[in-house]
Amino acid sequence: MRIGVFICHCGSNIAGTVDCAKVADAAKAFPDVVHAEDTMYACSEPGQQGIIDAIHEKNLTGVVVASCTPRMHEPTFRRAVERAGLNKYMFEMANIREHVSWIGKDKELNTNKAIDLVMMAAEKLRHNAPLMAKKFDINKRVLIIGGGVAGIQAALDCAEGGLEVVLVEKTTSIGGKMAKLDKTFPTVDCSCCILGPKMVDVAQHPNITLYAHAEVEEVNGYIGNFEIRIKQKTTYVDWEKCTGCGLCMEKCPSKKSYDHFNNGVGTTTAINIPFPQAIPKKAKIDAEYCRMFTKGKCGVCAKVCPTGAISFEMTDTEVTENVGAIVAATGYDLFDHAKYPEYGAGKYPDVITSIQYERLMSASGPTSGHIKRPSDGKEPKNVVFIQCVGSRDKSVNRPYCSGFCCMYTAKQAILTKDHIPDSRSFVFYMDIRSPGKDYDEFVRRSIEQYDTQYIRGRVSLIYPQGDKMIVRGADTLAGAQVEVEADLVVLAVGAESAAGAPQLAEKLRISYDSYGFYMESHPKLKPVETNTAGVFLAGACQGPKDIPSSVGQGSAAAAKVLSLFSKDQLESDPQIALVNASRCIGCYKCVETCPFGAVKEEQDRFNNPKARVIETICQGCGVCTVTCPQSAIQLQHFTDNQILAEVKALCPSMMVKN
Amino acid sequence: MSIRISYYPGCSGKGTSSEYETSTTGVCQALDVDLVEIPDWSCCGSTPAHTVNHVLSSALSARNLTLAEQEGFDTVTTPCPSCLSNLKIAEHKMRKESFREAVNELLDQPYGGGVDTKSVLQVLVENVGLDKVRERVKTPLEGLKVACYYGCIMNRPPEVMDFDDHEHPMAMDNLMEAIGAEVIPFPLKVECCGASFGIPQQNIVTTLSGKLLEVAKGLGVDALVTACPLCQMNLDLRQGQINAAQGTQHSLPIFYFTQLMAKAFDLSDAVQGMKRLIVNPQKALAKIGQADKEIA
Repeated sequence: MRIGVFICHCGSNIAGTVDCAKVADAAKAFPDVVHAEDTMYACSEPGQQGIIDAIHEKNLTGVVVASCTPRMHEPTFRRAVERAGLNKYMFEMANIREHVSWIGKDKELNTNKAIDLVMMAAEKLRHNAPLMAKKFDINKRVLIIGGGVAGIQAALDCAEGGLEVVLVEKTTSIGGKMAKLDKTFPTVDCSCCILGPKMVDVAQHPNITLYAHAEVEEVNGYIGNFEIRIKQKTTYVDWEKCTGCGLCMEKCPSKKSYDHFNNGVGTTTAINIPFPQAIPKKAKIDAEYCRMFTKGKCGVCAKVCPTGAISFEMTDTEVTENVGAIVAATGYDLFDHAKYPEYGAGKYPDVITSIQYERLMSASGPTSGHIKRPSDGKEPKNVVFIQCVGSRDKSVNRPYCSGFCCMYTAKQAILTKDHIPDSRSFVFYMDIRSPGKDYDEFVRRSIEQYDTQYIRGRVSLIYPQGDKMIVRGADTLAGAQVEVEADLVVLAVGAESAAGAPQLAEKLRISYDSYGFYMESHPKLKPVETNTAGVFLAGACQGPKDIPSSVGQGSAAAAKVLSLFSKDQLESDPQIALVNASRCIGCYKCVETCPFGAVKEEQDRFNNPKARVIETICQGCGVCTVTCPQSAIQLQHFTDNQILAEVKALCPSMMVKN
Repeated sequence: MSIRISYYPGCSGKGTSSEYETSTTGVCQALDVDLVEIPDWSCCGSTPAHTVNHVLSSALSARNLTLAEQEGFDTVTTPCPSCLSNLKIAEHKMRKESFREAVNELLDQPYGGGVDTKSVLQVLVENVGLDKVRERVKTPLEGLKVACYYGCIMNRPPEVMDFDDHEHPMAMDNLMEAIGAEVIPFPLKVECCGASFGIPQQNIVTTLSGKLLEVAKGLGVDALVTACPLCQMNLDLRQGQINAAQGTQHSLPIFYFTQLMAKAFDLSDAVQGMKRLIVNPQKALAKIGQADKEIA
């Protein structure tokens, strides 16, 4: 073997605390190393050309680059050696930046450690073998989970790009949180007016199949070839027949049903269409309130339905869809303010959440857009907004900033003045976070033109006195305690991960953080990818996001799917587990431990039990490798021999004893 | 099954709040709780001592805990939240070795640690239980509308007090409901009454306690129920001062919760100690039993 070693300075990042020339000199003495040099930036165009030229001039058959982390530039250098005609797995990388120069100041010790790491890489390379990726066909259909604005955007972009889209929505209508909003910041345009047409486009697009009131039950398969089981939850209404006329809602005698769409502001009927612009505009029976289910008799809706769509016997059904990629766009939920006893823990009717306030202001809401407080229906004159309810508060395990509450509070204060010109709005805030385009100007407008009084401090107590709510808090700028008599208190509740988010993540085999938000593959460079190939993220399921960011991510995820599907076949990663059938004793410990279900039980031609790895499912985690008592299953590119070669290089004296 | 527990009455129980003391011991006796008074108990070290020196304050508490330990008890109960707070904080602080050593230097007999303190309220709710209280009721307080006021230190700081919700406690509310009273949720149930500022800066007490009375009045209750001698004194004894300072005309009886329990248990007048209250409670007490009659 003829190995070339390249030691990168990374400007002064590495060269500042590592003697790169000395490392290169030392590498010349390693077995099979025929060329070693130090280079200013190995990843730069001239740096890569230098590697390619050396391969040609010195007839190199393998390359070691000592530079940054492989997460950064391993693909870069693999492509470079491939361009020079080598197999891209005949390349090893030693991380002498994150593991050496950035963490130690002693140049001599750093240089010695860098030499050790390069020696290990060279030793591993000596045991490497060329690996070839296999190709497989992909199913160019995409599943989008969640019909909020992020999911809608992703669905429309994919559909416009010619892909078949399966959109699964948990509730009976798409639209998500945005459909509930009255207006949007910073332009104060009507939320439903800008979202509505997109929702209609989803309904009418020939490439989109919409499953509303449905949930993903099970996900099998792998990138390019997923099999999805979808549960179509029963609505007790045959949607093929339902025309959305709404006659059933007029006649339903059970008028005290919880109104999910209006977040409990007002009530609705047991059979209902959630809102006028719903897509699909179909009725559903809420069995918890329907008299047919609670008392066993009624059936008024069945009698009045002109198309005979009502069916009390209807049950959940299941459908299976095959897709090649998945976009999770499951959004977020709002913090439950019952965790704040000092704010009344939800027992005061005139202390409401921001989303309830949106419904009170919305023209299509339960009060037809007239702001009436829940307790007595009076128009409030003093409205107090409290920010950071369930945001930036460790005591309720929500240390993160929800990001959009400062903006929607400014918007709600502006709208309050528009609705009730003689009203006054007070905002208790910690800091105003308004870093978006035209955002800070918008907050200033709320303060300067709409006379919103911003008070910097937390609220310690809300209590009723007469028909007022007394809001007591600190004014930290004045250094005083303040009390405001409010007619209505609006809590700017923060975002938390959607209910059931971790369970769905486990079905999708993607990671989530300790708050249930889905983990992107890289926080900066791979914001819509996950670590599971073929699964992408859009919107607030990845972290709290406002509408522009959610739409941006929806389009970004769609672009990722479209670029994935621009090929007819995909290459599988050859760094996967492989069973040496002659050593396998068929104990199937690997089958039990594989987190991806990638190892299958099989029989050889003598009917001996053997394990086999399905290449397209294996993610190369290596769990099976350490489980196998026979060392029969080996992770390619990380075989026992390759790893032991590295260990041996690092501690030769200890290995002699074996 | 009777409960035997070490008892720390505290100084106010033997003086200003003797009606709390008589009703506490009476109610406990009626519920088979054997209160064994700590022999030769001394000051808990609250207000005056702990404003000057934490080690001294904790030493005063630790002396009493040691005496209880010597009697073979691992738990002490006290009706007074100030005593409760100081005894518990002393125990909590002395889990740190350097602090324990400093305290023990002041004591003849070193405190070994590990003696828990509970309020009488906690013992009644947790150890005796609401069912047993309900069983013992002879005259349910039906018709009496009350709000429960816990004061600011009964449940705070939560990591030391370790009982009930520190912002929204319910123990006393549940207890009052168990003896038949109608309990109106009191939004200021854990607010400060002004505490011992009644002496150096009376206006703090008249403002803060005045607010409590104002809000209670707005709720339409017949009385406030307290568990703290200092709160009770500020609200009851100083109600006249509050009225003078705030220009109000409150006449709201302020009971100890144990007094109302004694009432419901039909214990003697001496145990109930109603005569020791400053604001005349007769009008409120006369409502007991009236609710039924109205319906009839």
